[in-house]
Amino acid sequence: MRQKKKWYDFLWIFSLTYLILGFFNILFAWLGLLCFFIPLIIAIVGRNKAYCNKYCGRSQLFSLVGGRFELSRKKDVPKWMKSKYFRYGFLIFFFAMFFLMLWNTYLVFAGVKNLGMAVTLLWTFKLPWHWAYHGTLFSDGVAQFAFGFYSVMLTSTVLGFITMILFKPRSWCVYCPMGTMTQLICKARNAARPQN
Amino acid sequence: MAKRKAIVNVRDCVACGCCIKVCPRDAITVPQGIHAKIDEELCIGCGKCAKECPASVITLEVLKQ
Ligand code: SF4
Ligand code: SF4
Ligand code: SF4
Repeated sequence: MRQKKKWYDFLWIFSLTYLILGFFNILFAWLGLLCFFIPLIIAIVGRNKAYCNKYCGRSQLFSLVGGRFELSRKKDVPKWMKSKYFRYGFLIFFFAMFFLMLWNTYLVFAGVKNLGMAVTLLWTFKLPWHWAYHGTLFSDGVAQFAFGFYSVMLTSTVLGFITMILFKPRSWCVYCPMGTMTQLICKARNAARPQN
Repeated sequence: MAKRKAIVNVRDCVACGCCIKVCPRDAITVPQGIHAKIDEELCIGCGKCAKECPASVITLEVLKQ
């Protein structure tokens, strides 16, 4: 075996807990912002992908289930999936949907729309999720964001599990918007600096 | 026997670092978050990284001296 497991090799527990908590109280979805801001800050300030390379709990979950538990065909991903067109295209699509979600949250904040107690899977399927709603703080918008953000997280997890089964365990990393974005940030941030 | 070393197709590398986690020799880094880099001195050509890489961009090649 290789080097001993480090503390951050157990961050998959955080990712798993996060997904489970969303079934009990949707407001926990706010915690997911950590998985958004931490990689961004590391990429912008640290100019590297330490988040992907070390700390990302979601990818650990995939390598655990797909690798250790063998729930993966371990085949190569198709060529188009690792092409820049697809990766950048998916990044743009993902963020377009993300901003749409933010816009919906805003409408609920502003009182234009009513709170929708649903989790939208794969940007299409609305799953009733009212059991995880027990009132909210300040405004319905706070809960709307939680439903929206949890939808994003659940959708990416489901996609990740599908490609984990079809291809290699961590296939999600090939087209993960966070991974693509942090790599782009690193390229930009290091463009002027010599490779070591 | 010819020694084989892992080579990264850096153009298609997504810098995820799956390879780092499986390398028994700690031969891999992802400097500046752009692509993986393999230390030829440390690599023993075991192929674990190539098997793990989700983008399948690592190959084992016989290095010409
Ligand atoms: S590419 Fe995405 S899923 Fe993979 S390690 Fe990076 S952030 Fe995690
Ligand atoms: S696992 Fe493959 S894609 Fe990921 S950093 Fe290593 S060589 Fe690059
Ligand atoms: S072939 Fe083996 S020793 Fe060489 S870089 Fe890959 S995992 Fe490490």
